[in-house]
Amino acid sequence: MPVIEARGLRKTFGTTMALDGVDLRVEEGRILGLIGPNVAGKTTALSAIMGLTPHEGELKVLGRNPWKERDQLMHDVCFIADVAILPRWLRVSQALDFVAGIHPRFDRAKAEGFLAKTSIRHTSKVRELSKGMVVQLHLSLVMAIDARLLVLDEPTLGLDILYRKQFYDSLLNDYFDRTRTILVTTHQVEEVEHVLTDLMFINGGRIALSCTMEDFELRYTEVTVRQQSIAEARALRPIQERQMLGRTIMLFEGIQREKLAGLGDVRTPSIADLFVALIGNNNAAAQGAA
Amino acid sequence: MMNTQSMSDSRVTPQVMAPAAVSWSQSFYWSVRRELWENRSIYLAPLTVAGLFLIGFTINLIRLRQKFQSTLAAAEQHPHDLLTTRYELAAALIMGTALIVGIFYSLDALYGERRDRSILFWKSLPISDLTAVLSKVAVPLVILPLVSFVITITTQFFMLLISTVVLAGSGVNMGNLWTEASFFKVSLIILYHLLTVHGLWYAPLYGWFFMVSAWASRAPFIWAFLPPFVISMVEKITFGTPHFASFLLSRLAGPPAPVSMAPGVHMDIMAELIPVNFFSQPGLWTGLLVAAIFVAIAIRLRRYRGPI
Repeated sequence: MPVIEARGLRKTFGTTMALDGVDLRVEEGRILGLIGPNVAGKTTALSAIMGLTPHEGELKVLGRNPWKERDQLMHDVCFIADVAILPRWLRVSQALDFVAGIHPRFDRAKAEGFLAKTSIRHTSKVRELSKGMVVQLHLSLVMAIDARLLVLDEPTLGLDILYRKQFYDSLLNDYFDRTRTILVTTHQVEEVEHVLTDLMFINGGRIALSCTMEDFELRYTEVTVRQQSIAEARALRPIQERQMLGRTIMLFEGIQREKLAGLGDVRTPSIADLFVALIGNNNAAAQGAA
Repeated sequence: MMNTQSMSDSRVTPQVMAPAAVSWSQSFYWSVRRELWENRSIYLAPLTVAGLFLIGFTINLIRLRQKFQSTLAAAEQHPHDLLTTRYELAAALIMGTALIVGIFYSLDALYGERRDRSILFWKSLPISDLTAVLSKVAVPLVILPLVSFVITITTQFFMLLISTVVLAGSGVNMGNLWTEASFFKVSLIILYHLLTVHGLWYAPLYGWFFMVSAWASRAPFIWAFLPPFVISMVEKITFGTPHFASFLLSRLAGPPAPVSMAPGVHMDIMAELIPVNFFSQPGLWTGLLVAAIFVAIAIRLRRYRGPI
């Protein structure tokens, strides 16, 4: 059974189409990055998956309809959102008491263990913690819940670089274990780049790209083209061409690396570069489609 | 495979094996506790008022004692009369405070969590909207009446104690004070009043506040009070009648039964405490029905509404 399965997922706000027929299938043990510009529909998709918003089309999360069975589903799903959503009046000890009181899969000792590694005191209120510490607290609570799906919506937004690095490190080392699934949206693409197993671009409520990271590496190649090979390279129809520090960089889709090796330096593009090529620049996207 | 996995788990940490689910009453209990953590004014406000009242009461008694000593009027002073009105005043002050706290609490309960976005956290936990809203509704309907009952009774006990100490040797017969104050009877009346009037009779008012709180995307206070006011005014201007306004005021004034605690009405008549009178009023049942509808709408709204 897939962890998330959506067919023809649709959601409109007035006349705006936030989700325009999204098909999605996430298997167990994957770490899927959902990348898209601000109004692309990422948050709407996450809201639908979390059971926070009604939707059209078919959507099953762990076999349940999230809108109808949110409270049941939340036994197996955890969520951390962009801005700190922990209430400011909550004490750390109260947060532990409360989650321990209402969540059957919460292991309090484990959460205390995670907290012991931080400088967060049990008597502190959330409002007294720094933004990074609030995220650490939330992560400690969530990682102590034996859930099957973890949804992260811009979890590291506004954090300084130390906390950001730590966040994904602890997630990978202390939490992820191949039976869990993580769905993450972020603007800081470069910091999840090496964490993801699957990649999805979403734009204008539609999925613009969906592939595993292995596919991504096979499919897309970036070449710093030598001056004399530019014409030859263009003949291979790059999906994007740009100038950087006086050098020409081209992005190719579906062309074997051996063929490209003669044109210049060959490497796998960064997710951010591919994103710009496919979505950021309309002309390039049109070329790619042609 | 699953089996062996869980067996090996339980061998390592046998006591941590969590139950498959948490019972509804446990979720409800923690949700109510959560409300008390967030809103400490539920007990701090009535406690503060009670404390201030006791200070005022003590000063008042000391001045009375001086008066007694100069006029020799103490002998005629009936200790029961001395305390009864002050008892009622204390009860009215504490209940009034609880009422105000309840109104502000209800208006913020489903609005505040959307404004500070913490609703996303609460909704990411396995608690249904039904449990969440009912735990909040329980605060003004059950928790606040019980809190004000305990605080009122404690205050009155202290009043008795203070008056015994202050008036000792002033000529007032202290023995009567303890026997005639009929502590038990007064407590019973107060508890009955709180549970019936504050808990049941006012339920539709609180229901309205909760619904507005779940619906408004800003200024729930204005949305709660402006529409009734405007309707009353429009009715007055259009038809020249005050039906809507008087309907609301009669609800606020309490049931037309003897336990309405209107000023001047003496509460120490046990015979009038017959619950049949109260529960046979159609106004109570229509009120409860209206309250249920408001709360049901609030639950539905909470499901649809996200952070503001």
